Amino acid sequence: MARVVVDVMLKPEILDPQGQAIAGACSRLGFEGIEQVRQGKRFEVEVEGEVDEAKLADVRRLAETLLANTVIEDFEVRPA
Amino acid sequence: MTARVGVVTFPGSLDDKDAARAVSLAGAEPVPLWHDDADLKGVDAVVLPGGFSYGDYLRCGAIARFAPLMSELVPAARSGALPVLGICNGFQILCESHLLPGALTRNSSLRFVNRDQVLRMENTRTAWTNDYEEGQEILVVLKSGEGSYVADEATLDRLESQGRVIARYVGANPNGSRRDIAGVTNEHGNVVGLMPHPEHAVEALTGPSTEGLGFFTSILSHLAAGAPAHA
Repeated sequence: MARVVVDVMLKPEILDPQGQAIAGACSRLGFEGIEQVRQGKRFEVEVEGEVDEAKLADVRRLAETLLANTVIEDFEVRPA
Repeated sequence: MTARVGVVTFPGSLDDKDAARAVSLAGAEPVPLWHDDADLKGVDAVVLPGGFSYGDYLRCGAIARFAPLMSELVPAARSGALPVLGICNGFQILCESHLLPGALTRNSSLRFVNRDQVLRMENTRTAWTNDYEEGQEILVVLKSGEGSYVADEATLDRLESQGRVIARYVGANPNGSRRDIAGVTNEHGNVVGLMPHPEHAVEALTGPSTEGLGFFTSILSHLAAGAPAHA
């Protein structure tokens, strides 16, 4: 069994109020110099056998079908 | 013959009973539809109600979109043949299904908004809005945490130029929706998504007004007019 990681992030032009709230908390907690925080999601997908190009392509299809809404989100697929 | 309007129940739907009641009050027969049953039971139109289908896991509406019933509903709606109204979570499901453009994201305030809300009706030619007058203001209920309508600028411009914004928020923008958009329709006018809840404004006893009933009488007028659906 091998693991493939899918990172999903809101597209840069989509407002991320959760990230903004976190950034606000950073400054209140005294973490200096943090200009922006954007919050995303990480999926860890366990696949049978080795991770090859075909498996990555399958996970990519999974990501664009279900894990990400490509209207508002970008995703990246990589072996863990 | 009485029009038959299906109301879909997903795991986590909340407002299916209220939607069915609104359908009855409008004079149609509500037909319960079950998410796991790929059978539209020959209904004339469908309401996707509000709630938290599948616990809003992953994204609101993202999993409901793949329910067996949706495999029947989506092609029929996309072709222009089947009128579908998605309210709140139903609107989110319609966007996730790509039956409507854009997406619904977290309210800009990060707070769940629960209040009476005035809307201005803009496109009153759709299957679900034809009993309203253009520019009419109606008072309904808004209750959502992920109600901020977003789309890229080109899509927003296209929606505006094609008259596909069906309703806008009046007064202070409650959730950060782009261009104050509360609801949109598809190119055929048979699919309508609306974030606020007209089905909670159909009776004086329980609602802030009865001005939400127009969505449900509109579909009757539309069907009675012979449903020129393939516009």
